[in-house]
Amino acid sequence: MYRIESKIDTKSPEYRQNQEDNKRLMEQLRDRLETVRKGGPPQAVERHKSRGKLTARERLAKLFDDNTPFVELSPLAAWDMYDNDAPGAGMVTGVGVVHGREVVVVANDATVKGGTYFPITIKKHVRAQEVARKNHLPCIYLVDSGGIFLPEQSGTFPDRDHFGKIFYNQATLSALGIPQIACVMGSCTAGGAYVPAMSDEAIIVRKQGTIFIGGPPLVKAATGEEVTDEDLGGADVHCRISGTADHYAQNDDHAIQICRNIVETLDRSKKFELDRTKAEDPYYDPNELYGVVPTDLKQPFDVREVIARIVDGSRFQEFKALYGLTLVCGFARIHGYPVGILGNNGVLFSESSLKGAHFIELCAKRKIPLIFLQNITGFIVGKKYEHGGIARDGAKLVHAVANAQVPKFTVIVGGSYGAGNYAMCGRGYDPNFLWMWPNGKICVMGGEQAADVLWTVKKAQLNKQGVKLTTEMEAEFKKPTLAKYEQESSAYYSTARLWDDGIVDPKKTRDLLALAISMSLNTPIPEPQFGVFRM
Amino acid sequence: MLKKILIANRGEIAVRIMRAAREMGIPTVSVYSEADREALHVRLATEAVLLGPAPANESYLVISKLIDAAKKTGCDSVHPGYGFLAENAEFAQAVQDAKLTFIGPQPRAIRALGNKLGARSMMSKANVPTVPGGEVKSGSIDDFKSLATKIGYPIIVKAAAGGGGKGMRIVTDEVQLQEAVEAAQREAKSSFGDATVYLEKYLSHPRHIEVQVIADSFGHTIHLFERECSIQRRHQKIIEETPSLALTPELRTKMGDAAVAAAKAASYISAGTVEFLYDSGNFYFLEVNTRIQVEHPITEMVTGIDLVKEQIRIASGEQLSFSQADVKMRGHATECRIYAEDPATGFLPSPGKILHLKEPVGGNVRVDSGVYSGFDVPIYYDPILSKVITLGRTRDESIDRMTLALKDYRIVGIKNNVRFLIDCLNHPEYRAGNLFTGFIDKNLPEWAESETDKELDAAYAGAALAMSGRQVSSTDALPDLENSPWQALGSWEL
Repeated sequence: MYRIESKIDTKSPEYRQNQEDNKRLMEQLRDRLETVRKGGPPQAVERHKSRGKLTARERLAKLFDDNTPFVELSPLAAWDMYDNDAPGAGMVTGVGVVHGREVVVVANDATVKGGTYFPITIKKHVRAQEVARKNHLPCIYLVDSGGIFLPEQSGTFPDRDHFGKIFYNQATLSALGIPQIACVMGSCTAGGAYVPAMSDEAIIVRKQGTIFIGGPPLVKAATGEEVTDEDLGGADVHCRISGTADHYAQNDDHAIQICRNIVETLDRSKKFELDRTKAEDPYYDPNELYGVVPTDLKQPFDVREVIARIVDGSRFQEFKALYGLTLVCGFARIHGYPVGILGNNGVLFSESSLKGAHFIELCAKRKIPLIFLQNITGFIVGKKYEHGGIARDGAKLVHAVANAQVPKFTVIVGGSYGAGNYAMCGRGYDPNFLWMWPNGKICVMGGEQAADVLWTVKKAQLNKQGVKLTTEMEAEFKKPTLAKYEQESSAYYSTARLWDDGIVDPKKTRDLLALAISMSLNTPIPEPQFGVFRM
Repeated sequence: MLKKILIANRGEIAVRIMRAAREMGIPTVSVYSEADREALHVRLATEAVLLGPAPANESYLVISKLIDAAKKTGCDSVHPGYGFLAENAEFAQAVQDAKLTFIGPQPRAIRALGNKLGARSMMSKANVPTVPGGEVKSGSIDDFKSLATKIGYPIIVKAAAGGGGKGMRIVTDEVQLQEAVEAAQREAKSSFGDATVYLEKYLSHPRHIEVQVIADSFGHTIHLFERECSIQRRHQKIIEETPSLALTPELRTKMGDAAVAAAKAASYISAGTVEFLYDSGNFYFLEVNTRIQVEHPITEMVTGIDLVKEQIRIASGEQLSFSQADVKMRGHATECRIYAEDPATGFLPSPGKILHLKEPVGGNVRVDSGVYSGFDVPIYYDPILSKVITLGRTRDESIDRMTLALKDYRIVGIKNNVRFLIDCLNHPEYRAGNLFTGFIDKNLPEWAESETDKELDAAYAGAALAMSGRQVSSTDALPDLENSPWQALGSWEL
C-alpha cells in the first residue's frame, strides 16, 4: 500500500491556530473528565470510604488485569443535566479485561445520590448491555444502588427502554450464552433486587450488600413487622437461607477476587479471525491531528490528512480516487487489523453516494470492518440534483450502511448534519460504537440554515400582513434559534444524552478503534445480506 | 550552551546522560526501538521517538533515522553514549552535516584512532610507547615469520580495523603462525571488511590500565588519572577500580603525560580514554576509546568531576574550567557492572522479566541503572542492567562497601552476575591486588551458585509473584489477547 503524502505545513499560521484551538478543547475535555471521575461530592465519597467500601472506579481498577486498557463508555453522561448533580449519571460503564477476556462492566457509583437511576443512568446501563449483545461480551454488574431516583420516576419507569429493559436484557443476554454476573456491594432495593436475581451467578458482600424487594420502611408500613437491613436481605440471608446469592464475600476486595475467579471459569469464545498483520505506528504523528482539523467547521479540511494520522504506516489504498470526490473511500490497517474507511470531503452528491454504497458492498463481501469519519453537512440540494435522483442515490448509500453486517465504527471528526448523519452511519444505524471529537458538532442542520428557513417562512407571513421588514427584525428573530442550535449541537450536549459513546482525544482514536475492533471479533461476521437497492 | 539533546542510546547510559542534561536545564529526547517501548529511558523521557523494529540494525544503528528524529524534535545536538554508533565516524560526520553538534570528538579523530594500525604509528611518532610489533607491508608469510622472531614469541595477531576480540590469534611458536595469520585475515575480512592484520608481542599477565583524558577546542588537554580494568570475562570488563595498585606516583604521572600526548597527537576534543597494557613496570599504548566509557563513574567519584556535563560544556564551545593542577584524586572507587547473564554457564545472556528489583542505597554508593521492577529485559541488546559504584577512603573500604551493596541488591526473576561479583571481589587474590586480564579464568574457573542461594532465588521469585497482588494461575498471561491491542497498549483510558 502507498503512504498518504501529507500536504500539511506544520509551520503555517493556520496549523498553529488549529493546534492552539484544539489543545484548548482538549484541556476542557480533560478538566471535565477529571471532574466526573471524582464521583459524588467529597463528603459523600468520604462517608462511602469510611464504611470500608471502595469507590466504583477503585473496584474496577482491582477487577481488571493489571496494566490493561479500560474503554469507558460515555463518562460525561448527564453533563450539564440535573443541575450537574449526577456526574457520569452516577454510574461507570465500559469494557475492560479480566483474565484475558474482554468484559462489559456496569458499576453503580453510590457516592452520587446513593447510586440511584436517573433517566440517563438507565440509558447508560441499557447501552452497556447493547454493547455486550453486539460484541458478545460477558457482563459484570457491581451493584450499589438505591433503585430509581424517585423525583424522575416518569422518565425512568414505564417506557420500553426504561428500568424494565435492564432485566429483559439480562434474561435475553443470558439466553444468548452471554454470562451475567452480579456483585452486590451495597443495596439492591425493589427493582434493583432483580439485577442479582436475574444474573447467572451472584456474589454478595457481608454486612454491606443487601437484596430485597421491599426495604425495612416499606415492610413496616405494609405489615408492621420491624426488621433490620441485614436480617431482611443481607449476605447471610441470601447465601444461607434464600439462595438468592451464590458467593459470600468478606469485603469488597474479596468480592472482586471471587468475581475474577468466576470469569476465569467461563468459556473462552473463539475470536473471529481477521487477516491481521503486525501493528505499525502511523508515519505521520497523531499529535498533528490537533493542527490538521480546524475547530471552525466552515473551514474545509482533507479527511485524508486525518486518515494518515490514524492508520498503520499512514498507508491507504484508496478506492475510486478520481470519482465522487466528496467521499473518500479506501482500505488501510489499524493496529494490524484490516479496515475499510469512508471519510467526507464535502457534501454528498449522487456519484459520492454510489461510490460509498459500492465500497460498503466490497467490505461486507470481504468481511472487513468499516470506519466512518463524519464531517458532513448533508446531501446536495437543488433542482438539477433532485432531477438527477439524489434522493434515490442517497438511499442506496443509506441502504448499504444499514444492512452491512460487518462491525461498524463511527467517529464524528467535524460536523454531522442532516441526512448526512444517516448516510455516514449515525447512531440510528447501529454502529458498534460512535465517538465524537471535542470539536465535533451534531444537529439536524446548521444554526444559520435553520434560522434562515424559519425566517423565510415568517417573512412570507409578515409580508401578507403588510408589515415593513427591517434587518434588525431579522436579526432579533434569528437570535434564539442561533443560540439554541449552538448549544444543542455541541459534543457535550450529545454525549450528555448518550447520542454517542464518548468524546475521544483525536490522537487516541486509533487505539480506541483497535480495541473496539478486537471486541467486535467475539462474534462472527455473517455473510452479507442486502435488501432492494432502488436503481 | 546547547539547546536540546537527542540521546542516541538506550539503557543506563541514556538515563545517565538525561540526568546530566536535566541538571544543566537542557531538555533531551530519547529514542527507542519497538522492543524498548517500556524501557526506563523512555519512561523517564519527556519526549521520545520510535526508531523502528527491535534489531539494532533497524533502529539504534540507523543513522538517517536518528538524524530525522533529532531534526523532527528540534534538537541541536546528539549524544551517542557508548556502544552502538558512539565510535562511528560516519555517524559523527552525518550529525555535523545535518548542522547538529556531535557531543564527542571530531569525525576526523574518530577515523584516525579507529584504525588500530594507523593509531599505532601515530603514537610511535608522538613517542607514546607501543607494544613491540608491526605491520608486514609485503604480506608474505616469510616476512611475518621474521618479524615474529624479531619481537619474540608469544605474539598476537590482530586485525587492523578490529575490536572486541574479533580477528585476534595468540601464537606461541612459528609452526602455528601461518595458519593463525590466515585465519585472522579471514575473520577480519568478514567482520570488518578489511583483511589487514598485524603482529604484536603477547603479554601473558598484563594489567589493563587506562587513562581518562579530556580536551576542549582551545587546545587544553588534561588527564583525570587511571582506571584499572583487568577483571574481564569474554574480553569485556566487569569490575573496574581507581587508583590502580600497580602504579607508583611517578609511573602515574608518566602514563598521564603519555595519554595527554596521545590525545594531542590525534587533535582530540571531548572526553576519551587511552588504554594501556601494563606489565612489570612497562606500559604500552593499546588504543583510544573515542567516547564516554562504561566505567567513567569511578573517575567521577574520585575527582568530583561530572564527565558527561563536561562533554556537553565542551561541545557547547566552552573552555575547560579546571587545569591539570586542579584535578585531585580522593579515596578509592570500585565499579561493578551488573549483567543479565549466567556466570555458571559461561556468562550466557539471560534476558527476561524482572519480577522484583531493589537497588542498593547508602553513603558513597552510586547506582546507574537502566531497569525497573517489572521490566522485561529484551534479548536484542547488550544485557547490562546497571552499574554499582562505591567510594571508600581505602581500597579495602571501597570493596567492603561494594560487597554490602551487592548483598543488598535484589534482582528477582532473571539470572544475573551479582553473586559472582561478590565472590570475585572477596577472592584472596583480588583483595591482595594481584589483578591481570586472565584473573577470572585462573581464579574462578568453575564458579557455581550454592544450593542455598538457588533455593533462596526460588523463594524470592515465589514471593514476588505472590506480591504481584493476584493469585497466580496459568491463565494470567492473557493468552486470548496475545498481541492484541489490549495487551500492546498497556494502561490506557479515554
